[in-house]
Amino acid sequence: MSLLEIQNVSGGYEGQSIVRDIFLSLQSGEWLSLIGANGSGKSTLLKLISRALAPYHGVVLLDGKAIHTQPAQAIAQQLAFLPQQQTIPTGLTVQQLVSLGRAPHQPWWQWDLSARDRVLVNHAIAQTQLQPLQDRPVEQLSGGERQRAFLALALAQDPKILLLDEPTTYLDLRHQLELLDQLSYLNRDNHLTIITVLHDINLAARYSDRLAMLREGCLWAVGEPENVLTPETLLNVFGIRAVALDTPVGLQICPISAASTESSAPSLSESFSEPISESMPSSCSPHRDL
Amino acid sequence: MTRLSFSLTKPWQHLTLVQNYPALVTVVLTVVLVLTIGLSLTQGSVSLTGTEVWQAILRSGSPMQQTIIWELRLPRIIAGVLVGASLGMSGALLQGMLRNSLADAYILGISAGAGLVAIVLITLGLFLTWVPLAAWLGAILVSLLVYTLARTSVGISIERLILGGVAFSFLLFSIQTVFLLFAEEGRVQAALIWLTGSLNGRGWSEVKMSFPYIAIALLLGSTLGKTMNVLSLGDDLAVGLGISLGRSRIWIGAIATLLAASAVSIAGLVGFVGLVVPHGVRLLVGADYRWVLPLSAIAGAWVLTLSDLLARLGAIELPVGAVTSLLGCPLFIVLLYRRSKLAKGF
Repeated sequence: MSLLEIQNVSGGYEGQSIVRDIFLSLQSGEWLSLIGANGSGKSTLLKLISRALAPYHGVVLLDGKAIHTQPAQAIAQQLAFLPQQQTIPTGLTVQQLVSLGRAPHQPWWQWDLSARDRVLVNHAIAQTQLQPLQDRPVEQLSGGERQRAFLALALAQDPKILLLDEPTTYLDLRHQLELLDQLSYLNRDNHLTIITVLHDINLAARYSDRLAMLREGCLWAVGEPENVLTPETLLNVFGIRAVALDTPVGLQICPISAASTESSAPSLSESFSEPISESMPSSCSPHRDL
Repeated sequence: MTRLSFSLTKPWQHLTLVQNYPALVTVVLTVVLVLTIGLSLTQGSVSLTGTEVWQAILRSGSPMQQTIIWELRLPRIIAGVLVGASLGMSGALLQGMLRNSLADAYILGISAGAGLVAIVLITLGLFLTWVPLAAWLGAILVSLLVYTLARTSVGISIERLILGGVAFSFLLFSIQTVFLLFAEEGRVQAALIWLTGSLNGRGWSEVKMSFPYIAIALLLGSTLGKTMNVLSLGDDLAVGLGISLGRSRIWIGAIATLLAASAVSIAGLVGFVGLVVPHGVRLLVGADYRWVLPLSAIAGAWVLTLSDLLARLGAIELPVGAVTSLLGCPLFIVLLYRRSKLAKGF
């Protein structure tokens, strides 16, 4: 059985469906990235999975149980979510911030961290190399340090699944790679299942096991980067002409130009002509012009 | 050189020095509160010595002194402690939940609701003995309305809570003003004293009536610290950490309202305590609400006891609400100034 099962989920804001009819399943230990153009519904889908939004219909199953009907606290013990923009709390130190990650595991009367909480908090701080900063107020950290502190908060939560909404957005290149390498380590060595929303297709291709490509709220293609990052799907999902390149870090794409409206079939690279086999969205029809 | 840069780059250590000892702050504040209560018992139109107070408390000593202590000063001081503690914790709860440092105990329309009912009764001279209970009901009714308006499909919207509170306040204050304008002269003054907040003549009956509510609400409020800490991380992250936004906001709002309404029913609209005290407490112990909430109650009790002591010292007794504002505003400005100086150091 898969760890996470998204069955026919539609949802959005104020009665309007942003994402529609999503089917997706995730194995334990997998790293899946949601990619797509602006407004394609990536973040909305992530919020539906994280329980921050309730679906209009469909269910999200975690270990076979629907997450939206279980108590919030029970879900938070297994699933951690880092939103794109964090509210920076004033006056909390890194150590205090990370300690809040233990909240879902504590009964309401528990005043302070238990011995096990303390071990996990220290471990999370160590894993993110934050020991030298642990007594600093969070608002004084740099962007990269701050992102690490929030990652440590999520790690202290001791989740099975970690959801991150564009974790690299405000980071420079070096810190982007550092953060993703960190996640990659957690994914391989700690067997942490990860779902990220990533803006950068190349980073997504490089780090994820599978990509889920969204277009206008529909799931367009799901599969390993080699299989889904074809010039054809890139044209359909992102509206760009691109070539796929084999690089030392695996498949990367090089965008050439924005597609004009009267798009002809792309023919820039035929090296990955394998059809997208794993999943083709049902109700969301592929572009007819193709 | 290294030593110099060490002290320059780590000025927050001055802060954490205090922040590491919230327990110490608690002890110091409690001692100061007890001392102020002791001092307050000795002062008044008849000043007593410490031994005389002690004897009177033990029901020995002269009957007149026993009456002064037991019937006049003690109930009034206890009333002050209850009001201050309620306003302090209520302000801390609302500032934290609304993530708004301008929030105070009255922001959810409590002052407007209680105020309107009290002013109507006082200016019309009707059911004057029922003013406390009616004010309490008015406060709770208006904050219920504000909460109903703030409901959205996902939970309770903070922005709508604040806007709803402000809108209701303006509406009800304007009605109050009309009643004040057309009231008979003596009644206007009584109404104004109520609006400023006063402990004059408060006795055991007021204390007995609100004590159970306030005690329970203070205890329950103290357990909300962890939830408040998680809520300070923003809605999405709080949900990810297992907090139900709707339920936690109803819970926090209910306790804050109960506290503020009970305080108002004892003393009228004592201003500034609910705004300033939580800020002061955060400066002392940082942003950890597990400490901020109970300490705001203790600090609020102290501020009100001290203000009432000062209010009684002068030749003419001032309403305690006037003193809290006179004392609170300059103190607040000093605190803000010091904080901006600290912030520049970073």
